[in-house]
Amino acid sequence: MNVRKIVVCVKAVPDPKRASEIRIDPRTKTLTRADVPLVINQLDRHAMEAALKLAGEVGAEVTAISMGPPPAAAVLKECLAMGAGRAVLLSDRSFAGADAYATAYTLAKGIEVDGMPDLVVCGMSSSDGSTEWVAPELSVFLDCPVVTGVIGLEATGNAGLKVSARLDNGYRVVKVNGGPVVLAVTRELNTPRNISFSGIIKARKKEVAIWNLERLGIAAAAVGQDGSPTIISGMRVAESTRKVQMIEGTREAKAEELVRLLAAAGVL
Amino acid sequence: MAREIGPVWVFVEQCGGNVLPVSYELVGKGRELADELGTSLEAVLLGDSVTGLAGELFRGGVDRLYVGDDVLLKYYQPEMYVPMIVDLARERKPEIFLVGSTACGKELAPLVAARLKTGISAHCIDLALDGNRLLEQIIPAYGGLISIVCPEMRPQMATIAKGVFALPGPAGRHGTGELVELAVPQAEPMKTELLEVVYEEAAGLTLDSAATIVAGGAGAKDAAGWRMVEVLADELGAALGATRPPVDEGWIELDRMIGQSGKMVTPDFYIGVGLSGELQHMVGIVGAKLMVAINNDPKAPVFDQVDYGLVDDCQEFLPVLIAKIRQFKQGKTAA
Repeated sequence: MNVRKIVVCVKAVPDPKRASEIRIDPRTKTLTRADVPLVINQLDRHAMEAALKLAGEVGAEVTAISMGPPPAAAVLKECLAMGAGRAVLLSDRSFAGADAYATAYTLAKGIEVDGMPDLVVCGMSSSDGSTEWVAPELSVFLDCPVVTGVIGLEATGNAGLKVSARLDNGYRVVKVNGGPVVLAVTRELNTPRNISFSGIIKARKKEVAIWNLERLGIAAAAVGQDGSPTIISGMRVAESTRKVQMIEGTREAKAEELVRLLAAAGVL
Repeated sequence: MAREIGPVWVFVEQCGGNVLPVSYELVGKGRELADELGTSLEAVLLGDSVTGLAGELFRGGVDRLYVGDDVLLKYYQPEMYVPMIVDLARERKPEIFLVGSTACGKELAPLVAARLKTGISAHCIDLALDGNRLLEQIIPAYGGLISIVCPEMRPQMATIAKGVFALPGPAGRHGTGELVELAVPQAEPMKTELLEVVYEEAAGLTLDSAATIVAGGAGAKDAAGWRMVEVLADELGAALGATRPPVDEGWIELDRMIGQSGKMVTPDFYIGVGLSGELQHMVGIVGAKLMVAINNDPKAPVFDQVDYGLVDDCQEFLPVLIAKIRQFKQGKTAA
């Protein structure tokens, strides 16, 4: 298989270091508003790296695509600075509230409108949703195979791609005979490159294309909350059955008390 | 208007001809849900020479077992497994479909869901029927628990990790299930070809059976800080676990992550070091007998969820603790 065109799906997520500022309000049972900045989902940097590395080897073009609100464009700028040739943001009010199914559908339509690639690379999961569903569901909408849990990727010329993927107690090696194929990658696969100064300069000259519902030519009922089979039906605060006893005193005293606890429990 | 309720379905995953524990756990939960809904429990098992596993599954509560038994089905291959399950689901119209959160399950389940145009929730920590007899799928998020439902589409699908539900109790049933053999499609050229499956021994003490677990979080701060968490685990003969940040930082492998999208564990003694107590982690350890947390922030939510709390900076405190432990062990040897 010839890999000429690679699409990387990325997601702008609330900065994981500050994500805990978004909480369920115990009184209203709704999410507290917090002004947490959006950053690129960590695993998507590994997806970008996989795409850029392969593209360098086989001479392919890399397009980064994301679905999100307008500020998500900054994350796509970062992908351009990493080395993506083009970037597309799928953004429309009607996309809001999408579950994994509606997200995968919208991304698939964006990818189709852009022209079918030979390879789609996604991060295995996102730090805010953590479903791991988008890549497999995307493969269904694109009517192509998927390999999730990717830890190794090798282009074997005309013979295709050789992909290693994590299992619970080992790994499997899969040969992809022809594209397109969707790969969901793990952090084990690679170390993402740093953004270079020249990358930032190049990215400055590039535009992030913004496509809305109309541009994708799909029905509003198929996207966002309306297009999502699942809904959140309730939120509550979890209650613990444990009552904490604090270990206090000097650092030494606290350590000694903990050693006593460990000994009493038979750990030591 | 009352409509006929389809069966509850469980995907039974096997490895090397053995049913995975999580699949038995889901059979147990599936039985409960089927009884509550007044419907039957059906299971789907694909593998090579696996028909003999039927008896155990019937004893666990399965009313009808669909078996695809063929050498082509020995290993999970999505292009073989998914169409078989999708075709059968279109015929049987299950109300609910439960799948284990294993590497295979997590790939297979969304593939089936998307083809059936239905929804699926990930790594649930509980399942229940709500007032409308919808499957309420509980997941931890935003410091609390959220319920997800799939009101219109069927089946209602969810993945669940090992250890969330108990194994089915010793049977009050007598193995009178019905076995249905599935026709296995002829091998066609596939777009993906499984070249090999390699099994690896886990390095270090495994979390699953550990009596003591030390779990570290972002509070370890850096690789050197993480090293101290490792030393603490070593000194205590404990298995080492983690929250998500140390995994993302690359300090530890993903299979050491405890929680909703990692492992569910039940040690006798748990020490959480430099972790804030996010529910995504805590749901994986809530079954521990005794829990201790060390964190520098006295307001960290972890202190509402453990038996003993200790406020201190990990990097400062761990060397002192480790020294005291060594001192104690030396004293014991000398005595």
